[in-house]
Amino acid sequence: MEVLKIATAGSVDDGKSTLIGRILYDTKSLTSDKLKAIEDKSEQLGYDYLDFSLATDGLMAEREQGITIDVAHIYFSTKKKSYIIADTPGHVEYTRNMVTGASTSQASIVLIDARKGVIEQTNRHFFINNLLRIKDVVVAINKMDLVDYSEEVYNKIKADFTELMSKRDYQDQKITFIPVSALKGDNVVNKSNEMPWYKGEALLEHLEQLDKADIFNSGTPRFPVQYVIRPKTEEFHDYRGYAGKVYGGDLSVGDDIIVLPSKTRSKIKDIYFYDEKYETASRRSSVTITLENDINVSRGDMIVKENDIPTIDKQFTANVCWMDTDQLTPGGKYIIQHGVNKVLAKVDRINHKINPDYSGFEKNVTGLNINDIASVSFKLNKPIFYDQFKNHRTNGSFIIIDPQSNNTVGAGFIQ
Amino acid sequence: MKKDTSNINSLENEAIYIMREVAAQFEKPVLLFSGGKDSITLVRLAVKAFYPAKVPFPLLHIDTGHNFPETIEFRDRLCKELGLELIVRNVQDSIDEGKVKEESGRYASRNMLQTTTLLDALEEFKFDAAIGGARRDEEKARAKERIFSVRDDFGQWDEKNQRPELFDMLNGSINHGQNVRVFPISNWTELDVWSYIEKENIEIPSIYFAHKRKVFLRDGMIWSAEDDVVYRDENEEVIEKMVRFRTVGDMSCTAAVYSDAVSISKVVEEIRDSTISERGARIDDKRSEGAMEKRKQQGYF
Repeated sequence: MEVLKIATAGSVDDGKSTLIGRILYDTKSLTSDKLKAIEDKSEQLGYDYLDFSLATDGLMAEREQGITIDVAHIYFSTKKKSYIIADTPGHVEYTRNMVTGASTSQASIVLIDARKGVIEQTNRHFFINNLLRIKDVVVAINKMDLVDYSEEVYNKIKADFTELMSKRDYQDQKITFIPVSALKGDNVVNKSNEMPWYKGEALLEHLEQLDKADIFNSGTPRFPVQYVIRPKTEEFHDYRGYAGKVYGGDLSVGDDIIVLPSKTRSKIKDIYFYDEKYETASRRSSVTITLENDINVSRGDMIVKENDIPTIDKQFTANVCWMDTDQLTPGGKYIIQHGVNKVLAKVDRINHKINPDYSGFEKNVTGLNINDIASVSFKLNKPIFYDQFKNHRTNGSFIIIDPQSNNTVGAGFIQ
Repeated sequence: MKKDTSNINSLENEAIYIMREVAAQFEKPVLLFSGGKDSITLVRLAVKAFYPAKVPFPLLHIDTGHNFPETIEFRDRLCKELGLELIVRNVQDSIDEGKVKEESGRYASRNMLQTTTLLDALEEFKFDAAIGGARRDEEKARAKERIFSVRDDFGQWDEKNQRPELFDMLNGSINHGQNVRVFPISNWTELDVWSYIEKENIEIPSIYFAHKRKVFLRDGMIWSAEDDVVYRDENEEVIEKMVRFRTVGDMSCTAAVYSDAVSISKVVEEIRDSTISERGARIDDKRSEGAMEKRKQQGYF
């Protein structure tokens, strides 16, 4: 069985939590005690329907205000797949959570309220999905019950959204439109009888048949060394194992490799997972590698194939999503965490701000505020080994850490 | 042979990656061990992450004094067999020192009191990272938890001001006085944990399997009557039933379920078909809708 991670995006009151609650309910994933809690709470609030959003809005403030503040992770499975849904808030001020939820997702659901159509927020949600190169996007046009299940309304929204799509950077993104009513359960898990004009699949049917082509697979293996294992016991006296996770492609015993930054050459001697030896380490596996030669390798170094090395440089330009209330300004000093590697970085210049509503660029920007997205050039105190984000999701992304507060204040996607 | 990464393997790979990040990014990590299936799973993952070297951090058990005897016996044996360092701190000591007050009455539990003992222990040893077995599928407030969750001087969780976590990148940088709670099996479900225990053939305490036990019924739940830890009214009749425990917390807040599952494979089957959530048998969560969130804000694990 495979795991599919899905991010959700929608504005306040578009019914995201209700949609997820409906999926859980119709797939019989809600346990009887959870369902009872929802029934009781719905009754207490005086509703004549079951408020499924109560299944996911976990923080007290969220239940009081009836909104989602923080990313919640919801788990359910069908006979075919295991699903992890990142329920991300729709408020403009919580864009950082949306980027966070989307960063680990293979697919996403963008919700649109059928009564409101494509609004400024929709642009932003789609933009972020496209920026993060999410492969499959479902545009769920919700609350169809409130527009009399009108095909005309659906077509109008579809046409408006299609116009947005022409402006996107990542053109290979697959987009599917589905008219739904989360509250009534139309086209969520079960096909609706109310919209005979819609010939496509229900939402869950669509997710079930998404192919396994993995967004993380780019065919170029990168092995950032996380931890050096030296047991220093009698049995493993000379053992030096390099622990880490393989990204982008497979590594095999006998591969000719280069260790960065020293550019020392060697061969992969053994690949261990616990006490078993393997011929090949697939991408996303956490293995321990030993090398033929006794060379000096430490955390933050990267093992790559000899004929396929990344860019090694002390400067780069990236699209940055700024997530802190303090501004990012030219000359500002930060720590950049690229994989497991941390380097000191200085903002060289802000090239331009990108309006996430697709209204274009803003030049001559003096600083970035929370939720701004911009092209920023950095200078580093030592080189990192990177790929472009469009070629390598893992080795092309980084986070920005404020050296004073130690908080994660931004995310970047290398151009 | 190729190391594959489907389903449970991908969760295992993720957890091992997290374990290694903890060892690399922190000066003094510790693994919080309760004797329950989740923390036993963590121990297994830690052993696999650092093999053939030893697990580079100790285990810390906050003993409420109300643990199932089977759990304590199991804990000591596990640590001995794996050569792990074990630190135990007792809630009873916190009570004796007057730091916390024992609850009384029908629903008295030491579950809330653990927080003080835990925070004191973290401070005593200057631990900067505490690895725990919490999972996001357990409870609504936990669904919002990060993998690296920063706590302030008072061990408090500021749920509205959490660090964003992107891709695989875990930011373990902290200020003086802060520490981090780490949850390597955040993305596992209860069924995943049981499937893993089955696949890896991991030994777990006997109370997880169906056994004959003296119990009594209250509020539709099954309570152990074998020890004097759980308060019982005289009119609450003791009966003998085949039961097992689905979570193993403090005896005073853990109810049993009727079960015939005497082996891991039977337990996996039972969980798969179950319509009641795991924490449905946790009395500590029943106190109010936001019970878990309130405890977490106060520094509860």
